[in-house]
Amino acid sequence: MAGTATPNAPETNRIGLQKKDYSGSKSTLCIGCGHDLITARVIDACYDLNIQPEQFVKLSGIGCSSKTPAYFMSRSFSFNSVHGRMPSIATGTALANRTLKMIGVSGDGDTANIGMGQFVHIMRRNLDLVYVVENNGVYGLTKGQFSATADKGSKLKHGAVNPFHAIDLCALAVELGCGFVARLFAGNTKMMRQVLQAALAFEGLALLDIISPCVTFNNHAGSTKSFPYAKDNEFALQDIGFVPAYDPHYEEMEHGEERDIKLGDGSHVTIKALDKDYDPTSRTAALSLLAEYHESGKIATGIIYINEKEPRFVDQINMCEQPLSTLPQSITRPGKEVLEEVMNELA
Amino acid sequence: MATAEVSETETRTIVNDFVLHVATANGSGSQTSNMVLLRALFGMGIPVSGKNLFPSNIQGLPTWFTIRANKNGWISRKQDADVVVCMNPETSDEDVETARQGAVLIYEESLNLADKRPDCVHYAVPFKKLIAENCPDMRLRKLVINMLYVGVCAQLFEIDMEEIQKALKQQLSGKQKAIDINLPALEAGFKWAAENLKKADPFKVERMNANEGKIIVEGNAATALGLMFGGITVVTWYPITPSSSLCEYLEEYLNRFRMKDGKKTFAVVQAEDEIAAVGMLAGAGWAGARAATSTSGPGISLMNEIIGLAYFAEIPFVICDVQRTGPSTGLPTRTMQGDVLSLLYASHGDTKHVVVIPNTPKEAFEMAGESLNLAEELQTPVFIMSDLDLGMNYWVSDRFEYPTEPIRRGKVLGKEELEKLGGKWGRYADVDGDGIPYRTIPGTEHPKAAYFTRGTGHTPQATYSEKPHDWKNNMDRLARKFETAKTMVPKPEIQDNGHAAGLIYYGTTHEAIREACAALEARHGLKLDLCRLRAFPFTQEVEDFLNKHERVYVVELNRDGQMRMALHAELPHFSHKLRSIKHYDGMPLTADVVVKAIVEREREV
Repeated sequence: MAGTATPNAPETNRIGLQKKDYSGSKSTLCIGCGHDLITARVIDACYDLNIQPEQFVKLSGIGCSSKTPAYFMSRSFSFNSVHGRMPSIATGTALANRTLKMIGVSGDGDTANIGMGQFVHIMRRNLDLVYVVENNGVYGLTKGQFSATADKGSKLKHGAVNPFHAIDLCALAVELGCGFVARLFAGNTKMMRQVLQAALAFEGLALLDIISPCVTFNNHAGSTKSFPYAKDNEFALQDIGFVPAYDPHYEEMEHGEERDIKLGDGSHVTIKALDKDYDPTSRTAALSLLAEYHESGKIATGIIYINEKEPRFVDQINMCEQPLSTLPQSITRPGKEVLEEVMNELA
Repeated sequence: MATAEVSETETRTIVNDFVLHVATANGSGSQTSNMVLLRALFGMGIPVSGKNLFPSNIQGLPTWFTIRANKNGWISRKQDADVVVCMNPETSDEDVETARQGAVLIYEESLNLADKRPDCVHYAVPFKKLIAENCPDMRLRKLVINMLYVGVCAQLFEIDMEEIQKALKQQLSGKQKAIDINLPALEAGFKWAAENLKKADPFKVERMNANEGKIIVEGNAATALGLMFGGITVVTWYPITPSSSLCEYLEEYLNRFRMKDGKKTFAVVQAEDEIAAVGMLAGAGWAGARAATSTSGPGISLMNEIIGLAYFAEIPFVICDVQRTGPSTGLPTRTMQGDVLSLLYASHGDTKHVVVIPNTPKEAFEMAGESLNLAEELQTPVFIMSDLDLGMNYWVSDRFEYPTEPIRRGKVLGKEELEKLGGKWGRYADVDGDGIPYRTIPGTEHPKAAYFTRGTGHTPQATYSEKPHDWKNNMDRLARKFETAKTMVPKPEIQDNGHAAGLIYYGTTHEAIREACAALEARHGLKLDLCRLRAFPFTQEVEDFLNKHERVYVVELNRDGQMRMALHAELPHFSHKLRSIKHYDGMPLTADVVVKAIVEREREV
């Protein structure tokens, strides 16, 4: 492989970049924050996928989670926007340049509270975006208020009990036609790395709702979003594999019981069901699974739902292949005869 | 059957000078009839305007259409009608009161208006009977009945029937079936009037040649065309009266003229709300599109947070605000210049914006294209301040001229420039001293191209900073950029003959001001110099105008004198000279309002 010829040369990926080319500035989040675990896996996934950093865009709203794009991929353009509006910024970015690969990082407050309006509409549109919700059930930057994903009956650090029902972002996403819905736990780094790669390779919107405990405000007994609670209650639905498009060994691999889904860029995600035979291509199965787990207080992790056949947003609206941002005046300004024609119609 | 309430039939003839006021119910197809009348007068070469006064409703509520034809080219709104056509029984009692003394009333004979307004010329017409005879399909009668009054008016006022028929075809886009339904009613109205009405009024039209090479267009269509020829690539919007037709026209034009190999060289997205619409603009402008939206006051309010982000993160896009009346829902189908302050200073924490203010469709066309250039050159949101009167009413306009200047995209560093610079650049560094930094576009293939865009405090290198001097330096640079904008925005239109009194105005009050000034001079011997504002920030010429004049009237369509407040805020040295003339009942300005106010105030001098 490239760059491994001499023992002392640093390891590089297939486009000759080192891991450090995917790094960002030092995290300023609390030590032990779940979000930093996610950041590290995003760096791994982008490195593994040989993503050209200049073709990658990071977007976020406001909150602890929305700060994290500063901590990975410094060579990539990034836009830390306003609270709850990352989806619209991402939509506009895709309209200007459909060739960019995009990740949007949000939190549970940024998405399920202030950002709910834009969340549901971006799900409908199937924008090409990996939408990561770093979900800890609590507002961090404003010091510990409940968010709308906090479970009913769960407790704040100082004892207040949440009287309201939680919003299940995965269930909503499935309901709204999202083609790639996963629930993950930041502590399960192996699954995160595989699913992040699959999500980045997926054409369309991939929602990753990642339970990412807040060590400062929501890691106590009585919280259902703490590290101990998630560790004790996570149930991995699947053993997930990812085979990149360039992998020459794919054909030789054994394909047994696992479900194999070919993604738009030619790579494959393999999903081997653990326990019972859960079908992640069925919306009704997905919805009943989520309801069932929610009732039992357990956290089902894995790919909840996948449908790689929905057309992408930019194709639904019949946009040309060339990025609109690069179209020359010869294309963007119709000729003199066009104005003449319109003027004659109005005369 | 002209009733003889008028003792003396006016013997003089008034040619090409009348205000025709048509009262109908909305959803009754009256728009077609009114447009046919307007287009026919236009086709006869007579200066004319058409203003639609409609309810916030789809079917059944009263609606009015006012056509003003004037051989001298005065086409602003005029308060009292010369001819009133009453087709709506719900409002006919009130409608006849809008007629001036001695005006013409045309109405359905069963309305019992014969005893009202004895000072007027009455033409009672059996519209219901006529439509039953001339439209066999009962379901269509409601939609075609209004074509009868077109025929009656054509006969009474000698409007050329050939022009009427031509206008009908154009208005119905040549759809033969619709033409076949409307034409019999049109002809029946004409024939009935010829056989039954005795001409008892002085109004008639004669062919002129004032419309050679002109067009009839709504301001929203003009702005849409300006954006298309300005090279727009992304349109994101949320429907709101009176702006919706702007983006609808734009999409229609783009679909016709901007396809390449069956694909769109643009994107139009109807967003879920105005916050999303402006968020999409911010993403698109940031990533290199020429992006615009249209909205109205309530939309501007919703967009405020992201407008501030775009000002501060320096992202180009264009918002066309087609203003309507009121705070809240207000009068959504009436006009106002009510968003002046909320555009000039939109958002929180020290913001000021570039605003261009067109007065006619032609200027709306030109300024729309230019606003896309200004947005990219200044790397900031640019507003087009339009209003319902300009956007949704019909204006006779000069033909638009094809833009000769190339599209300007501002200070953008590409791969080659970055290589030359050895990758050393700062997104918010003021390299040229004009406050305008250089930017890169996402996707630029250079390892140093990327930067972190944020609404938080930042350094010239775009890194995060909470340091007081970094914050202040950046805000000062943004102020410097705004100073630079003063040299780039459209200059005011000034008419200076050295008079002591000046008048500042902007936008669609133009026609009423023109007419008022002529009347002030002719009738009262009062002469004023004029300054029509065309942009914010105010340029040097505005300051000079204020400096030169002893007293300056500021005419505007809002209660609080918002532009006067802005002049006071920006040019405080002259604030003692400013006097407000304000009109704010939701209706376009009339010349009379201005004449009356100036005469009163000048008397005090």
